[in-house]
Amino acid sequence: MKRREFLDWLTRIVGATVGAFVAYPVVRYLVPPPTPEAATRRVVAARKDEVAPGAFKIFPFGGRPGILIRSADGGYRALSAECTHLGCTVQYNGANKNIWCACHNGVYDLEGRNVSGPPPRPLERYDVHVMGDEVVVEKPVAK
Amino acid sequence: MKFAFRTWLAERLSLEPLLHLAQKKEVPVHRHTFWYYWGGMTLFLFGVQVATGILLLLYYRASADEAYESVRFIMTQVEFGWLIRSIHSWSANLMIGAAMIHMFSVFLLKAYRAPREVTWLTGIALLGLSFTFGFSGYLLPWNQLAFFATKVGADITGDLPLVGGFLRKFLLGGDQITGGTLTRFFGIHVAILPALATALVGLHVYLVQAHGMSVPPSVESGGAPVRRMKFVPNFVLRDAIGWLAALGMLALLAALFPWELGVKADPYAPAPPGIRPEWYFGWMFQTLRMLPSRILGIEGELVGILAIGAGATVWVIAPFLDDRQGRGARARFWTVAGVFAIVYIVAFTLMVYMGGHR
Repeated sequence: MKRREFLDWLTRIVGATVGAFVAYPVVRYLVPPPTPEAATRRVVAARKDEVAPGAFKIFPFGGRPGILIRSADGGYRALSAECTHLGCTVQYNGANKNIWCACHNGVYDLEGRNVSGPPPRPLERYDVHVMGDEVVVEKPVAK
Repeated sequence: MKFAFRTWLAERLSLEPLLHLAQKKEVPVHRHTFWYYWGGMTLFLFGVQVATGILLLLYYRASADEAYESVRFIMTQVEFGWLIRSIHSWSANLMIGAAMIHMFSVFLLKAYRAPREVTWLTGIALLGLSFTFGFSGYLLPWNQLAFFATKVGADITGDLPLVGGFLRKFLLGGDQITGGTLTRFFGIHVAILPALATALVGLHVYLVQAHGMSVPPSVESGGAPVRRMKFVPNFVLRDAIGWLAALGMLALLAALFPWELGVKADPYAPAPPGIRPEWYFGWMFQTLRMLPSRILGIEGELVGILAIGAGATVWVIAPFLDDRQGRGARARFWTVAGVFAIVYIVAFTLMVYMGGHR
């Protein structure tokens, strides 16, 4: 090997090494650190008189939307408001007494079961407790 | 195959003129050649700023509620986040240092003379942009020190005659430093200034190519023909060694002295002790601090600001005042002025750090 060739290779090797030392932290930096799953199990979804009978409210539950529905007789039910199809936020359709997703016309019954349209799975159901003036929604303990 | 691809690519990119320019370009070799490296060094550090700045954008959030927390997240949670942020901060300071060395060497070697006056002016404008980069970037972590340093800086701007009040309000986006100011500084720092800097760097580097490297009058009048070296690869490889050293220096500084985050800004907390600007504003800060409160019946601060402004103006237009070619008394005056400026700035900067309180 000639001296010039040797120096050419040496330059390439040094360059690649420096490049690798720069690239390694940059690539690691680009990968976002794991964010712990929101530990929220319980949240105050509404005040007691906030949702009229036959109406509904979307509330934040650990960073995701939940839906609180008050039936005509005054009872509450709460479910995940994330459509199981592509994640749009669903709404209560009072006229048809079902839960409807406007994005792709997915329909769930009030138990959260997917009854028509594209949704593949039912909506997750939550427990509702009325505690004093507050409507508290809680994730049921996994059985 | 390799050859065919290269030909194919070369035909499409038509880089011939550029390659020709690179091969033709030469750098004079003489006892002051060392100073030619500082422009390239500044450009390299600017590149580091762009790269690390883009990376910081991926996690930074520009709002008064989240800015501090997002920088803390970068420093503590994101892998190598401390490294990226510390390099961004250190590199900013080294870049301004390199730019100042570049400017003073150009000044003392008379490289601003015809036909390079516009090159000088674009360089000065770039240094001004760098200061603005530093001032706007300093606030972004939204910590206590930055908050009050920005307040002081804005108030000094507000002291300027006639335009001060407007400028201060324009800068802050209101009468006080608020979350709105943070968003404003963020926009200035990551969009407006980079756009201006890219255009100006392009013009500056183009002008350097157009006029070639200036040979100092002291060397030119020596009689002997000046030796030259090829820009590619001889000078570029020497440049690269400097850049490699700078990169190593940055890694070392970031590892040994990671940039501090401090305490989150609280507009209703009293200013903590030890508020001072970044070192490159230090000499101005020190000058203003040492002036008496009134000079000849005028507010001392105002006199200081006007004097610094007048000095800076003379500095900027020096190429038009200096002897255009010669080495006579007028040229010597400018050399003395340059040395005086360096001594003044170094001395007053040191005073900030050696407790030169009034």
